[in-house]
Amino acid sequence: MPSFRPLRMIAGILACCPLADAAGGEAQIAVASNFTAPMKTIIRMFEADTDHRVRASYGSTGKLYAQIRNGAPFQALLSADQARPQLLEQEGVAIAGSRFTYAIGQLVLWSAAPDAVEDGVELLKHGDFGKVAIANPRLAPYGKASVQTMMALGVKDAIEPKLVMGENIAQTYQFVDTGNAAVGFVALSQVMQDGEIAEGSGWVVPGDLHDPISQDAVILQRGADNPAVADLFDYLRSDQARAVIHDFGYETE
Amino acid sequence: MFLTDSDIQAVLLTLRLATVTTLILFLVGTPIAWWLARTRSRWKGPVGAVVALPLVLPPSVLGFYLLVSMGPNGPVGQLTQALGIGLLPFTFWGLVVGSVFYSLPFMVQPVQNAFAAIGERPLEAAATLRASPLDRFFTVALPLSLPGFVTAGILTFAHTVGEFGVVLMIGGNIPGVTRVASVQIYDHVEALAYGDAHRLAAILLVFSFLVLLALYSWRPSQPRL
Repeated sequence: MPSFRPLRMIAGILACCPLADAAGGEAQIAVASNFTAPMKTIIRMFEADTDHRVRASYGSTGKLYAQIRNGAPFQALLSADQARPQLLEQEGVAIAGSRFTYAIGQLVLWSAAPDAVEDGVELLKHGDFGKVAIANPRLAPYGKASVQTMMALGVKDAIEPKLVMGENIAQTYQFVDTGNAAVGFVALSQVMQDGEIAEGSGWVVPGDLHDPISQDAVILQRGADNPAVADLFDYLRSDQARAVIHDFGYETE
Repeated sequence: MFLTDSDIQAVLLTLRLATVTTLILFLVGTPIAWWLARTRSRWKGPVGAVVALPLVLPPSVLGFYLLVSMGPNGPVGQLTQALGIGLLPFTFWGLVVGSVFYSLPFMVQPVQNAFAAIGERPLEAAATLRASPLDRFFTVALPLSLPGFVTAGILTFAHTVGEFGVVLMIGGNIPGVTRVASVQIYDHVEALAYGDAHRLAAILLVFSFLVLLALYSWRPSQPRL
């Protein structure tokens, strides 16, 4: 009967996309957006080396934290900072003792224009430029490190009127990449490809100008008995994974 | 006072942005609505579709295109620089430009419907009494479509107050310049300052409800010729 066709079509559409993957060994994790690119590579390697699958959601740590506190089905969090994993641990949402530093971010003063940034200290002190983009220091560890760097160099008050803030480090990059901000403090991982700055020009901020941007991972209660999560955490500490993490402009402990 | 100074600053900035945007859209949207309501041109479809685009486009798309086109390498950015205005992103007027695009359908569509509802007769009658086209517009069309203008104004204002994605993309979160209430709430939530977020969010919720309540309870007295 022709009138049944739309129904059959809907049934077909629903049947082709099962709501849940029946296969075992799946880890569902939340990852801070600054770590998106290396994580995708690591997941590809991990899935090739093991039988496990990883379903990753990328977002800002603050948003992921709120979602976890309100029942999101994540089994682990790879945070952009140490504070929120610590908080989850204290609140009993994360498993005590599972927390470790998987990556240490590096800050770079970057411009989309080639040759615009050579000596970063000289540029910040005497440079003649338009807007300076930073990540919101209240929200993003990279933003906090940017402010610490400017304070350490004694240029914060002079640069303050030129500051524009991205909600996260990805948006900060976008402001600089589109040329709307002349320079900006972004994550080295965003501009680094195969171990060097791929586009524009940048100055890697020495680590002694700001607190280390330590990024912690933690297993959540929902992932307590999932071997896929435990194996993934072991994998993150492995030499293969660390090589990827370094390639993307992070350091490790 | 249970709001902080920076919250109050964000609320005042939001009201200023919504007011300026609504006033500009009355000027920009009315001719577009008039043309759309009365034209038989084959461009009616395409123009109507472009006006409606912000209804379906994610603000991230609109905001991204605005950021790129108003940037130093974009066409709008090169124009504003040539005119000596400088670059629009990260300025109040940049937000106004973004909001005008974002709220355009909320102004044009109710006004267009109001104009269309008048029909030809009153205007033809006025024409036989030797009213000029401009005269017919201001003394016949405008008073008859006043309810449409009220609806459009309220919707445009409220929609601009509720704007978030576009502001986030082109604003740069500068206190007193581009940090509107919705962005301030987002900041509070991201910083886990849920108490601050609740207070400001509750104000926006109550405001939005009252605006819509006024709109849906309001019965216009129909002017008749």
